Amino acid sequence: MTSKTEPKRKFRVVGTRPIRHDGWDKVLGRAAYGADVKLPGLVHGAVLRSPHAHARIVKIDTAKAEKAPGVLAVMTAADMPVAASQVLDLGEEVTNATYASDRVMARAKAVYNGHPVAAVAAVDLNTALEALTLIDVVYEVLTPVVTIEQAMAPGAPLVHDDLVGDDIGERVEHTNVAEHIRYEVGDPEAGFAEASTIVELECRLSRAHQGYIEPQTATAFWSQDGKLTVWTSTQASFGQRDALAGVLMRPVSSIKVVPMEIGGGFGGKIGIYLEPLAAVLSRKCGRPVKLVMERRAVFDATGPAPGGIVRVKMGVDDKGLITAATADIRYGAGAYPGAQINPASVCVFASYRIANARVDGYDIVINLSKTSAYRAPGAPQATFATETVVDEICRRIGMDPAEFRLLNASKEGDRRVDGPAFPRIGNVEVVEAIKGSAHYRSKLGPASSPAKKRGRGMASGFWQGIGGKSTVTISVNNDGVVSLIEGSVDIGGTRASIAMQAAEVLGIAAEDVHPSVVDTDSIGHTDLTAGSRTTYATGAAAIKAAEQVVEEMKNRAALAWETDAGNVRFEDGVFSNAVAKGQRLTFKELSGKLGATGGQISTTGVVNLRGSGGGSFAAHLVDVEVDTETGKVEILRYTAAQDAGKAVHPAYVEGQMEGGAVQGIGWALNEEYVVGDDGVMQNASFLDYRMPTTLDVPTIETIIVEVPNERHPFGVRGIGETGIVPPMPAISNALRDALGVRLTELPMKPGRIMAALKAQAAS
Amino acid sequence: MPTVFIAMPLRRFTGGQATVQVPGATLREVVENLEVSFPGVKARLVDEDDPDKLPPGLSAIVDGEATVLGLRQPLEPDSEVHFLPAIAGGADAP
Amino acid sequence: MTQAPIAKAHVRCELNGQPVEFLADQHMSLLEALREVLDMTGTKEGCNDGNCGACTVTMDGRIVDSCLVLAPEADGRRLETIEGVAPPGGLHPLQQAFLEEAALQCGICTPGFLVAAKALLEREPAADEHRIRHWLAGNLCRCTGYDKIVRAVLRAEAEQPKPRARRSGTA
Repeated sequence: MTSKTEPKRKFRVVGTRPIRHDGWDKVLGRAAYGADVKLPGLVHGAVLRSPHAHARIVKIDTAKAEKAPGVLAVMTAADMPVAASQVLDLGEEVTNATYASDRVMARAKAVYNGHPVAAVAAVDLNTALEALTLIDVVYEVLTPVVTIEQAMAPGAPLVHDDLVGDDIGERVEHTNVAEHIRYEVGDPEAGFAEASTIVELECRLSRAHQGYIEPQTATAFWSQDGKLTVWTSTQASFGQRDALAGVLMRPVSSIKVVPMEIGGGFGGKIGIYLEPLAAVLSRKCGRPVKLVMERRAVFDATGPAPGGIVRVKMGVDDKGLITAATADIRYGAGAYPGAQINPASVCVFASYRIANARVDGYDIVINLSKTSAYRAPGAPQATFATETVVDEICRRIGMDPAEFRLLNASKEGDRRVDGPAFPRIGNVEVVEAIKGSAHYRSKLGPASSPAKKRGRGMASGFWQGIGGKSTVTISVNNDGVVSLIEGSVDIGGTRASIAMQAAEVLGIAAEDVHPSVVDTDSIGHTDLTAGSRTTYATGAAAIKAAEQVVEEMKNRAALAWETDAGNVRFEDGVFSNAVAKGQRLTFKELSGKLGATGGQISTTGVVNLRGSGGGSFAAHLVDVEVDTETGKVEILRYTAAQDAGKAVHPAYVEGQMEGGAVQGIGWALNEEYVVGDDGVMQNASFLDYRMPTTLDVPTIETIIVEVPNERHPFGVRGIGETGIVPPMPAISNALRDALGVRLTELPMKPGRIMAALKAQAAS
Repeated sequence: MPTVFIAMPLRRFTGGQATVQVPGATLREVVENLEVSFPGVKARLVDEDDPDKLPPGLSAIVDGEATVLGLRQPLEPDSEVHFLPAIAGGADAP
Repeated sequence: MTQAPIAKAHVRCELNGQPVEFLADQHMSLLEALREVLDMTGTKEGCNDGNCGACTVTMDGRIVDSCLVLAPEADGRRLETIEGVAPPGGLHPLQQAFLEEAALQCGICTPGFLVAAKALLEREPAADEHRIRHWLAGNLCRCTGYDKIVRAVLRAEAEQPKPRARRSGTA
């Protein structure tokens, strides 16, 4: 495959930094998030959760709670419709719907601590909370399966008695391993035989939470006419509608999901949690019901990223070329299957050209809440192992880490381990950007005290992203301002980045596009805000709608000038008549003439993009200083380079890179689920689940690399996720540089660093 | 003739072959022809309830991009076909 | 459910420059009173245990996590919330700087950061970057990585009219 040469396109709006359209509401405190919903007759609900990670539910007695003053409805899984179908149909999809239903409210067994077992709606929150204490649940406590080793041990207790595992296509019964997948290219054993240096590391990673500041929330009103409206904080309004339809066994068109402003998600607000419970409570009491999750429940019972064990082995020849690599990726999915082992397997070696490789991925159920997507789901954990192995190889063979990456970088035409070849990608360019940075060329400098040591580390990362379906409607007002209606929830500035792409086509200012995010009844199907797809795919839909506006505007100009439409030109926001000099109308001027030339214009752009166009690569560089007396790590300097294809709003591209890097720094140094043998998380608060604060991180220096995406009209790539992939290995590599010891377990907290130093001193 | 890359779970049908050349102007024709050479493989590539669809969770990558037409996807004579787990990319089962 | 009902507290305070009075359950937090009783939903709940700063308001000029203050404790106090930060019809320089510096992504932590930063600038109009980072360390943001927030506060500080500014050098 040869790379196309891109015509150099000049942009007027794309690449600038206008103020985001929703900014005013957000700095004034006016933006309405999920918990801010107020409705006539609104009542409040609360959820009773299992205190056991694994327990059979013998009996639930709700009689006392139902009679309590102020209580309007009490529900258990018996009020959820899937129970009946569970035994009638054991087909694969229904089994999945059963799991989805089971996850939001336990039926026969509680399979994670915090698993909902009942819910109450009452006149106010305190009455609902009081009523929870009146519900009597009798549990038969079972042995929880907490670790991957426990889950895979012979004779392990089963999280689900009926789980049928898939071992590379073979059915396996009575197992906690839901799936074992394998990818293989070439002959890894032959490749290792050619290697002069082989390094193998086993890395262990804790599960980590997205840490969005806004807890999950849902408000539902189930009207007597059968229509259900749900106001919620979600990344996937259409996905939630479909999931609710499945779990409640209702037609999709009877459900309307109204996406409120969303207070962070990072993948954690895709699935349903409180929505079906609020819906059932509303059906039972005939009033709108609001549920807001407590922070403890957010940690216990929503979907963090999986922890796991990743073993990577890599061999290189005497020139430093990779001859073979293998990976064994084992993730703890939580109580239901789905730990993103497939994207992990695709990403684990994506930064490198490897002719001989094998990747095994294991999706393992354990008695913790079901994990879900978290920014480049699956990739950071697997890449941690690869990038630390690469760093060890560089040290053994005495090669500069940037040179090694440039020598072995995957490029256009190279095959990923799962088979498809990369289109045009920016892997080499991001490594070159780091190599050319002032940071890379700078000296580390002496440590600030004799007990402290400094080190520098580098790592690469990749996320593929997705394409998918998006719809955008544009209506032209007679003052030349256009309204833009979209179904993509705006989680971090995408109203702006989508409006800017429309403005670019229309030749108007970003401010003259007024974007609105609307509910599922008010726009055509739009896939989730995730997978780094929103600016890329919904942007493409906006471009398509805007191009239709331009075509129709040309027809109107032709009418106004009584000429042939083929004579009308449109350039830089001005319509002109090619055969009559002087006949010119700006977009604004022509907008004022639409009423008299056939009426106002409204167009809809619908896209279904096949893939992301190659994904986004990143390379990060970090300097650390470690206190060898306490194990505390300070990040001295941090530089992130990433391929954005074309940065639509560079400030928000930087924002994604900076935010991703800081989440990665948290995962690297502090963040973890401390889980006891009982399967209960012992640090379920922001005090003990220690996310970075302003004081913990320096300025993240960003370098935006632009290698155009051939699949997008402006060359845009999705960039939201990749930034979290390199930080953990970059920091491990910097610690190795500083201390001479290799940290292979996340987080690299002070105690682990001190233990590693002690072991080093003893040996 | 299109080249089909055989994923690991299906290689037992192809006697371990990782790629096979199969005639066909659409994905459906390729699947039918695969079945002739490698009986049993079709059941893994077609939804049991809807003969136009791939099974849930499986996607077809044709010439580097996921198809949105399912088994109706037209193929070029030199097309490259991969049947791979669908990557939801930040997406999650409900 | 056997305890006798406790009378609600009658709270009189100044809220964003206006006198207000309301009834609150004795155990109700100031956060809940603001959001549920007074309909001031600009103040956000992130954790309800004083660890995220999303509910930051000022009480007599001091920043507090409103989830840790009981509503009855607000009696006789002067409160300011995000709704009181902007002058009528305009924006506070901090709000303008947050917009220009792209210092917010999802925006849920933004009200808390703005209230906290305003309290800092009123107290220390020439705070340096380290001081700003130290002051804002009680406010969690998960989207931005903080740098653009710190830049925005520095920018607002530079642009704010300061009659008794102690800054030297260029403004």
